[in-house]
Parts: sequence; C-alpha cells; structure tokens
Amino acid sequence: MHRTGELYGQFKTLEQQKDTATLGMWIFLVTEVMFFGGIMLAYTLNRHVYFHAFAAGSNTLSLQLGGFNTVVLLASSFTMAMAVWSAQTGKKQLISVFLTLTILLGFVFFGVKYVEYGQKFHHHLVPGKSFDIFYCVDNPTKCEDVSAEELTTEREELEKARAADPDLNAHAQLYYSAYFGMTGLHALHMVIGAGLLLWLLKNSLAGLYSPRWNTPVDMVGLYWHFVDIVWIYLFPLLYLIDRHK
Amino acid sequence: MRAEPHYPEKNYLNETYGIRSWLLTTDHKRIGLLYLASVTFFFFIGGFFAMLIRLHLMTPSGYILTPDTYNRMFTMHGVAMIFFFLIPSIPAVLGNFLIPLMIGAKDLAFPKINLLSWYVYVVGAAFTLYSMVNGGLDTGWTFYTPLSTVYSNSAVAPAVVGIFITGFSSILTGLNFLVTIHTMRAPGMSWFRLPLFVWTHYATAVVMILGTPVVAITLALAGMERLFGLGFFNPAMGGDPILFQHLFWFYSHPAVYIMILPSMGVISELIPTFARKKLFGYSFVAAASLAIAVIGFLVWTHHMFLTGQSTYAALAFSFLTFLVAVPSAVKVFNWTATLFGGSISFDTPMLYAFGFLGLFLIGGLTGLFLGCLGTDIHIHDTYFVVAHFHYIMVGGAVMGYLGGLHFWWPKMVGRMYPEWLARAAAIILFVGFNLTFFPQFILGYLGMPRRYHTYPPEFQIYNVMSTAGASILAVGYLLPMIYLVWAAFYGKVAGDNPWPATGLEWLTTSPPPTENFHVTPEVTWEPYDFHNRPDLGLDVPAGKPGKLSPSPAHGDD
Repeated sequence: MHRTGELYGQFKTLEQQKDTATLGMWIFLVTEVMFFGGIMLAYTLNRHVYFHAFAAGSNTLSLQLGGFNTVVLLASSFTMAMAVWSAQTGKKQLISVFLTLTILLGFVFFGVKYVEYGQKFHHHLVPGKSFDIFYCVDNPTKCEDVSAEELTTEREELEKARAADPDLNAHAQLYYSAYFGMTGLHALHMVIGAGLLLWLLKNSLAGLYSPRWNTPVDMVGLYWHFVDIVWIYLFPLLYLIDRHK
Repeated sequence: MRAEPHYPEKNYLNETYGIRSWLLTTDHKRIGLLYLASVTFFFFIGGFFAMLIRLHLMTPSGYILTPDTYNRMFTMHGVAMIFFFLIPSIPAVLGNFLIPLMIGAKDLAFPKINLLSWYVYVVGAAFTLYSMVNGGLDTGWTFYTPLSTVYSNSAVAPAVVGIFITGFSSILTGLNFLVTIHTMRAPGMSWFRLPLFVWTHYATAVVMILGTPVVAITLALAGMERLFGLGFFNPAMGGDPILFQHLFWFYSHPAVYIMILPSMGVISELIPTFARKKLFGYSFVAAASLAIAVIGFLVWTHHMFLTGQSTYAALAFSFLTFLVAVPSAVKVFNWTATLFGGSISFDTPMLYAFGFLGLFLIGGLTGLFLGCLGTDIHIHDTYFVVAHFHYIMVGGAVMGYLGGLHFWWPKMVGRMYPEWLARAAAIILFVGFNLTFFPQFILGYLGMPRRYHTYPPEFQIYNVMSTAGASILAVGYLLPMIYLVWAAFYGKVAGDNPWPATGLEWLTTSPPPTENFHVTPEVTWEPYDFHNRPDLGLDVPAGKPGKLSPSPAHGDD
C-alpha cells in the first residue's frame, strides 16, 4: 500500500491525480444513479398501477421516524462537508471531530431503521408467507404500539382500499418488497459509507490529511452526499405520497 | 532501411517472476493477459455447449439430448459466450493492454481497480460455473420471468448472482477507460489525434457505465424474487413479466454495442495500416461511435415487438432501430473509402478485417428485416434472429477480436506468428462460419423457431449444413489458439513495428517495458499519417501524395 499523499506512478502531478480521482468518483456515482434508478422505476410504475395498495402501505410508515431520519442524514451531510472544509483549511483536529459526528449520525440512522424494521416484522409486514396488511387491524392486541384511534382510521382506509382492489394484500406485498428492497439497498450503501468513514477517521487521527492532499476525504464526501440524496428521493416516494395521517 | 528486429532484454513479461507477480500485478499489460486466459476458457465452455447443440440438431427428432437438457445447452451457451466471453473480450484484453500505450500513458488511471475488475470477473465466473455444474440453467440467457424466478427447476440463483457480480467487472473497466482517456493523454495527444480504437473504447465505456447497473438491479430483483418471493415480475402476485423484459433489454440491447464497438475500433486500426492510407473521414467515424452508443440506448423495445405493445410504441422503436443502423453504415462506407486508392496487402489481420466488412454488412442489414414491424412478426424468435446476431457477434465482433489479437500479438509477445498458417486459419474460419450460419437465415425465413429441440424433417438439410460448418469453424478457432501460443515462445522476433503501423504503441519495444515508454512521447503528428512518417520506412513517392508501396516482407512469409 502506497504511503498516502504520494504521487502514484502513473501520474505526473498531484493535480492530475486528484482530477482523475474526482472524475472517477463522479462516474461511479452515475452508475449508482442507474442502479437505484432501476428499482425506483419498478416502484413508480407499480405505485401508479396499484395506488390503493401502495397508499395503504405508505400509511403504515411512521412519518415521525422517517422525518427524523431525514433530518439526521441531512445533518450528517453537513458534518461531512465540514470535515472536507476542515481538511482544505488545514484544521486537522476538526477533521476528526466532524468525521466522528458524521459516523455517529449514521449510527443514529441505523438505530431508527432497526426500530422501523422491527415494527414491520412484528406487524407481519415483511413479504413472505405471513404477510398480512390487515394483521394489526384484525389483531389489535398484537399491535400495542398502534393506538386504538389510529387502528380505527386504518381499518376504514383498508376496507375502502380493499373494495377498490380485491387483491389488496398481494399488491401491498409488492409495496413492501419495494420498501425493503430500496431502503435495504440504501442501508447497505450507508454501511459501506460508514466503513469508509471509519477508515478516514483512522487516517485523520494520524494527521494524514492536509490542504496539500485530502483527496480521500473529498471522495468519501461525494459518496456520502450521494447516499444522502438517495434517501431524499426515498423518503417522499415511500413515506409521503398519498399520505392521509 | 529498417533495423534488424530487436527483442528487448527486459520487458513487462520478464521483469518480475513468479505466480504472485502475475496474480498481484497492477500492470495493465499483464492484466490484459490474465483476462485473455479467462475469456478463452469461457470461449471453450461456450463452444462446448454449441457443439452439443449442433450435434443434437443434426437430426429432426434429436437423439442426443432430452428436451430439458437441450434447453440448458442453449441457455448456457448464451450465458457463457455473452457475459463471460464477448462483453469482456476486446475491452478487457486488447483495451486494457493498448489504451495506455496508445495515449502515451504509463498505465490506466486506476491500476488497482483494474486488477480488482479481473478478480470480480473470476468470482462471478465461479458462481456461474457452480450453476453450470449443478443442474445448469434452462431459462434462455434472457432469464424471462416468471420461468426464471418461479417455475424453473434449474440453478438460476447462483447464475444470477454470478452474472450480477461479473457486471461490476464491466463497470470498473468502463470507469477506468473513461477516466484514463480524459486525464492521462500524453502531451500533444489531443482528442482528434486519438486512434479510433480509443474513441470506440470511450463510447463502449459510456455504454458500460450507463447500462450495466440497470441489468445489475434487474438481476438483483429477479434473484430476490426467486430466493425470497418478491413479486415484481410474477403475475400471480400482481407483478409484470413485461417490466422484467423492459428492464432487462434496457441493458442487453446496449450490451450488443459493448460487443461490437471495440471490434469496430480494431477494424479502424487494421484497415489504414494494411491499406497504408489515412482513415477516410476520421471525425465522422469518431462521431459515429458516439452516436451508436447514444442511439443504442433508445431501441431496446425492438426485442419486444410481439409482446402486445401499443402500435405507436412499436413504431417509435422501429424508427429508432433503423436510425441506429446509420452510424454503423457511415463507418462501413468510410472503411471502404479508406481502401480505395490504398496499397493493400493481405496479411492475416487484414483478412479478418475483410471478413468483418462482409459479415458485419450482412448481419447489420438483416437487423433491418428484424427492426421492420411487419417482417418481424414472421421472423421473430426464429433462426433468422439467431443467424443475424451470430453474423454480428461472430462475423463481426469475433473477427475483430481475432484480427486484433493477430495484429497486436507481436507487440504483446515480441514474436511473429506463422503467417501462412494464420492466413489458412482465417480462411477456414470464414468458410466454416458462413456454412454454419447462412443456412440459418433460410431456416428462419422458412419458419424454424429458435430454442426448439426438434424441427420438421424438411429442414434437416440446412441443419446438417450448419453442423458441418460448425465443425470447420471449430478448426478455424483451434488453430490460432495453438499457433499463437507457439509463436509466443518460438516465433520470429518481431521488432518494434513489424507492419509498420502508425500508433504510439508501435514506438516502443515489442514487448514493451513495464512503464510502457522509456521516454514519454510528445505527439506532433496526425493519426494514420503514413505520408509524414519517414521513421516507418515506407516507400513514399517523392513529392506527392499517392499510393505507398507495401513494406518489405515481415514475419516469416
């Protein structure tokens, strides 16, 4: 492994090396756009065709938790940008501070996701044999975290939806396939991002990054911002459309 | 006038020894050779399945394979050949080896990612091989749902995982090429001085970057449907098989341009060299490469004309399909115009280039029959389609690959292959190819469906011709595999520029040193400029442009 900050053999100047890395990272992000784009297309088409079922699905997601996670991620993008700024202005200790904050915010996001996924599991909303969108309204005692009043509204909504779409449960399962597919892929990308941030933190604590050379911080920053933007798409698509609670 | 050919003492092949120096190399030239080994291995695998298909189809009721096994044979032939041979072939072998040399760089932009791309290929290949030996695949290489995701009794999941992984090899290669061509060109190597091989690999890289992630997510969704019961493509759960087809073909159509553009790049190098004449219409050929890449993303639904889509959609895609043929035609015209007034010699690479010109023309024109809505109703899913794409992929892409391998073999190994044997192999290949695939156009027109293990007895004569041709074709493939390897050890020393050709890669030794150039070149000349290159030793008529005499004999002819 080359000592960081050194010019790699195939380059002539540090500037060429940095320009190359930047172009490489942007092109990689384009591939990520195409990758997420495919599943977003599948989701959007199905949302249009099965809007009753997908609306029902959206309404089982917690606006509070989703909104909170959105703020967390936006904040983490801010702290990441501050880390890059610190590197560019030579404030070496601050780099580590901001990287740590970004990592912590990332872990908060994971924590909330863990709670959300756990809820889905208990409410029988994971695609598979025991998927049942009516589970909570049919078994109120099993879904204690949902209030009686919410359950009444939900029962009404679901009955109306089922009248319009007799296969409501099957189509709602499609919604949840998309939900777990998209948020799962996103979470996987965040885990990779967290790993990269930890690596950056290790190097930053060793004082490796300076105004002369801070390319890895910059590149991971680009990646982290992209992961954030994916969430900015996911949140409205999954949580906000056709919402009536 | 040219010096005695010289074999450099120290070069990229012998600078370091041992298996670790090869498996942990970041030298783009060694990585190109690693890929050569892998893709050749899969060529054998795909060829093996092809052999079983053709043997089985010699008789109308087929005595060799059960219907179910026959399905597995054509599926695995397609998977092996498309994903593991054709898509990597020229870019990963020749592109990796040549692009830094052609632009005057020491290596690609990301050498370690280059090595990673090979390992990613190998891991993906391992999953797919596992699938092949554990019951294989019977869904067709196109994995249409819900057969692939629900009903198939074959090893779909490991194959889908394998192809998913290998797709990243393609993405990393494309990323490396795009960045390298942008940021690593030598001083004086402006965009319009780049060899067309570099332009076409740039266009190919654009397609790899934009298209491959889409097939990745498609296969991921299909894999999850098979393993975890997701329902996007399963009608029983409200899903839509046509959605799968759209997502699949959105990549798989541009994928065919990944397979042909690099080959066109090779042809653009071979024809000027062996006609000793500047490529006609350089900027049009470069622009056509980009046009093929862009328009190629707009035609995918022509694979789905018979799925019950709206007439207006079909019209639009049919029109765009005709449009995408135009830049290809521009290239064919420009190659032909390059030949006119040139000083042509029939070295082996040029034989492959001529083969390409004729066969790609036929393949391309027959694509128009398929893109025309009325005729497609008759010939869709028949042997006409099979013949069409084999003319392009074998007659086009593989001819370009073999022509390129022969042309650059002296640069890669420092030694010449035996010229007469190579010419004979090229001719055997051409004859075998046409005998194999031309009858298939007739079969398709007469109505023989593809992917069927039986056929009406009146079609037997054409099937027998096709199988006979395949056996000749096999000889045409085996011969180069043998003599190219032999030549690497025992061939006549080639020297820096045996042809001679005008690219930067010919200005360094054969084989090149690890760092490619002892001194970074500075480019002050236009590409393919045979008249202003006295260093090439060509007999230039004094004072006027005109025909250049062929260079003195080279190799051992």
